[in-house]
Amino acid sequence: MNPSKSNPSTFQELILRLQSFWADRGCVLQQPYDVEVGAGTMAPETFLRVLGPQPYKVAYVQPSRRPADGRYGENPNRLYKHTQLQVILKPPPENVQEVYLQSLAATGIDLRQHDIKFEEDNWESPTLGAWGIGWQVMLDGLEVTQFTYFQQCGGVDLFPISAELTYGLERIAAFLQDKDSIYDIVWSRDPETNRITTYGDVRLVEEQQFSVYNFEVADVEKAWRHFELYESECRALLNKQAALLDKMHAPDGAGLTQFPLLPAYDLCLNCSHLFNILDARGAISVTERVGVIARVRTLAVGIAKAYVAQQHGEIPGETEAGPAVQKKSRPKQEKMSAMS
Amino acid sequence: MSNFLFEIGCEEIPARMIDNASAELSRRVRELLIHERLADAVSLQEFSTPRRLAVIVSGVSQAQPDIEEQVMGPSLKVAYKDGRPAAPAVAFAGKVGLDLSKLEKVTTPKGDYLAAKIIRKGRPASEVLAELLPREIGAIYWPKNMYWRNTGERFVRPVRWLIAMLDDRVVPLAFAGIHASSKSRGHRILADRTVEITAALKFAETLCSVKVLDQSARRERIRKELDAAARSLSGARWREDKTLLDSVVNLTEFPSAILGNFDREFLELPEEVLVTVMRDHQKYFAVEDASGKLAPHFLAVLNTDGDPQGIIRHGHERVLRARFNDARFFWQTDQKVPLRERVELLKHVTFQKDLGSYYDKTLRVQRLCSWLSEIVRQSGMQIRPGVVHKAACLAKADLTTELVKEFTELQGIVGGLYARAQQLDPDLPENTRFAIADAIYDHYKPQSMQDSVPRTIEGAVLSVGDKADSIAGMFALGLQPTGSKDPFALRRQANGIVKIVAEWKLPLTITEIFKSTRAGYPGSDSEKTKTLTLLYSFMRERQEFYLREAKGFDYDTVRAVMASSADPDNIVETIARAEAVAAVRGSEDFKQISIAFKRIKNILSQVRDAGVDIGTDFDLPVMQEKEEKILAKETRRVSSQVEQLQKEGRYIDALTEISKLRPAVDSFFDKVMVMVEDAGLRKTRLALLAVLLKNFSTIADFSEIVTEGKESKESTKQ
Repeated sequence: MNPSKSNPSTFQELILRLQSFWADRGCVLQQPYDVEVGAGTMAPETFLRVLGPQPYKVAYVQPSRRPADGRYGENPNRLYKHTQLQVILKPPPENVQEVYLQSLAATGIDLRQHDIKFEEDNWESPTLGAWGIGWQVMLDGLEVTQFTYFQQCGGVDLFPISAELTYGLERIAAFLQDKDSIYDIVWSRDPETNRITTYGDVRLVEEQQFSVYNFEVADVEKAWRHFELYESECRALLNKQAALLDKMHAPDGAGLTQFPLLPAYDLCLNCSHLFNILDARGAISVTERVGVIARVRTLAVGIAKAYVAQQHGEIPGETEAGPAVQKKSRPKQEKMSAMS
Repeated sequence: MSNFLFEIGCEEIPARMIDNASAELSRRVRELLIHERLADAVSLQEFSTPRRLAVIVSGVSQAQPDIEEQVMGPSLKVAYKDGRPAAPAVAFAGKVGLDLSKLEKVTTPKGDYLAAKIIRKGRPASEVLAELLPREIGAIYWPKNMYWRNTGERFVRPVRWLIAMLDDRVVPLAFAGIHASSKSRGHRILADRTVEITAALKFAETLCSVKVLDQSARRERIRKELDAAARSLSGARWREDKTLLDSVVNLTEFPSAILGNFDREFLELPEEVLVTVMRDHQKYFAVEDASGKLAPHFLAVLNTDGDPQGIIRHGHERVLRARFNDARFFWQTDQKVPLRERVELLKHVTFQKDLGSYYDKTLRVQRLCSWLSEIVRQSGMQIRPGVVHKAACLAKADLTTELVKEFTELQGIVGGLYARAQQLDPDLPENTRFAIADAIYDHYKPQSMQDSVPRTIEGAVLSVGDKADSIAGMFALGLQPTGSKDPFALRRQANGIVKIVAEWKLPLTITEIFKSTRAGYPGSDSEKTKTLTLLYSFMRERQEFYLREAKGFDYDTVRAVMASSADPDNIVETIARAEAVAAVRGSEDFKQISIAFKRIKNILSQVRDAGVDIGTDFDLPVMQEKEEKILAKETRRVSSQVEQLQKEGRYIDALTEISKLRPAVDSFFDKVMVMVEDAGLRKTRLALLAVLLKNFSTIADFSEIVTEGKESKESTKQ
């Protein structure tokens, strides 16, 4: 057996292999985004890059924080912060599924000895105004990847579309290392001393402390105030950009391209994370929930539209039903029924 | 004749969509071939897997047949001058490409014309298919589809290859930038390569060689593999599950099955929880031992040819262990807060944003159920109102449990299990607690027309009350179902109410159920009256649906009982009446009586329209003819008889008695003229008919019964 094909013995080796696989396929290797996100999709490398016509290929590890999923480090399968490897292929190559399967093989999984299924799973994020069509990829009954063809993001129809591959790294590592608890995963092994550092060594304390904070300690009233401050700052930026667009009939000046939309998006991410904390804290009633999600969504959609405008110098039209091109060429159903 | 093969190669199609799409594709191909005169009787075979939809058709013509057509030319008047062809005739001959002598004369109502017979050449099949088939691909309906290219074609997932072949020749068609070829693809893992199809009829055989089986072959193989795997345990059987089987058939191209095990200690968890995790979350079949009890094993269907080293089994066991550990953790956590303390927590769970919390709903359902169980009790049925009351109080408490948050499909069931496991009240005898638990456990039943109703009468009443409350609440907000839109599944819930009342024979009428239900919601009196009217007609519709679809009664039988003068809201009685009508409607007397009633109804409505006075009762002394006197006396006698029989619920006997009126009715219509000059006589004769109709429409409106024959003509005689 080729040694490089054997199972990666550590968590970090798994990451290195996947990164090098995707780097070899032309992806930009980005670093994890440094604002709290609930999923790799929310990092600007996905949320903003999938918008507009520019082709892009990127891969990055993204620690993803979901305060309500915290279990004080007591549940062997659930984490407050889990690690995704996110790949965006824009546009997706025709053999994207095959390339994806090769990436699994690159992590040391001999596909011939396993059971792989692509099961329907369509992804949707109401907070981001984004949705796509795809599968959960099942490896011996374990969901290892979410495979999505993005159709819409920030309420904007995508041309070209992107394929998004989201690997659940802890799950894959536990699978490869045959561990029943995430905390037992070997994170690294010192080649000199052979000393092992486990996932638990690296992260358990963090899980415990953040669970305490998110569920018990976080100051609800202050969190609300933070939320509102971030929201108003974000909104103010969006309004300024709108005013700028209004003023310029041929908006190709430096004023528009240098307008701070990326900071606006960070502010929106902050809102989203604060919402998650408030939610974990039990501070948002079911009735309020919908309303708060809508507020974050308004920011995200506003930024997506503004981003497209910044790229093209114009505001994208309403795109509820799908792209105009598609409407024209969509085959007509009436044609056939006339025949029967 | 040729054989035609058409394959759409695609990325994995959702399992739930494959069967419909495959059937639609074959219908579209069949209709296209027939419409384009490329085949008469189409013999067609479907072939579907998650990665392809294909059809194989034999008996396809190489080309459309030529057709002879008549082309109309100029009028003879202008075509010829003095018997010689003029310019229009010459031009026409030129246009159709025929010699002048080959043109013919045609006589039409507008005069004589010059015409030509021309032959329209049929086009080759290949050309027709290449032009028209791509449109059919794009027209296939998908519950959810996507685009993947800038040109915007839509399909369920990206199309990756196409095969279109007449015998061994490729039909040059294209869709979404893909050009048809003769190359298919093998199983993703077992034979990941393209494979040449040499002839249309070789398709299935060739695909088999690259580890791709058709649906029926996969189903058969899965059954065999499941049987074999289960046989390795003595006395064990896999649990039949059609939905699950359909699903795994459509998730695989080359299936096999493995037997896995889980720790026996998980069997302490309720079977419902274990089976839900296995079936809904992992798509595993449950295994039971010889006594029918759940065994610590599962069967997984793989999309590969086996697992010689047990690697795959090990993986599946690992996943299931984690899932079961979660479930056990939730179960244990949930016990820390007993159900009765959870009722209070329902204040924070929204039922519907304008209808308040589940706590509010609980209070409403409790009140409603008290009232319903009182009606049931007073009718003499055995019921324990205390059990209903307590069950209604606790029914929704499980919505706050971790287990239900994780496995929403177990709502109600979890509540029932917890009620059984917990001490609800120190004074409660065990059997009462179990009765409460059963009522909670069943209160979402029936989930469909096929599902069973709650096992106990207390569960039945609770289920009716819970559903009625939801329906009335949504109607109060104006959120009733319209057309195909029924986001709150109110029709299903209403069907459930009808089914429960019918099968438990509960003495609850639609009006009784909903009058007090609606009262639990805000609104002015006039608003309440308005929604109640809507509610009643909605429920009557559901009742008709139940009679037709669940009980299988004919449309006209259902219409007849619903249109009778009896209370249509008494579900139990309506069913009994429908059964009686269905039992006697075949008899000759009944048919003739139905015809006669239709005739009577027509006469009376015509007379009423004309403003003629119809008496409320007939006057025997005024009558003249023997036949009308006989009918009058018979009507009196049979009326009281029918009334008595109906009271006793003997509807068949009542209908048989009514049928026996036939000779009297027939001779009346033979011998007696109704619309006579003498106003008094006419009035009493009309009154006789009116009484007859009224007294004998208490079970069914016979005039609604469809009888083959000529009754409509006769009835216009008057």
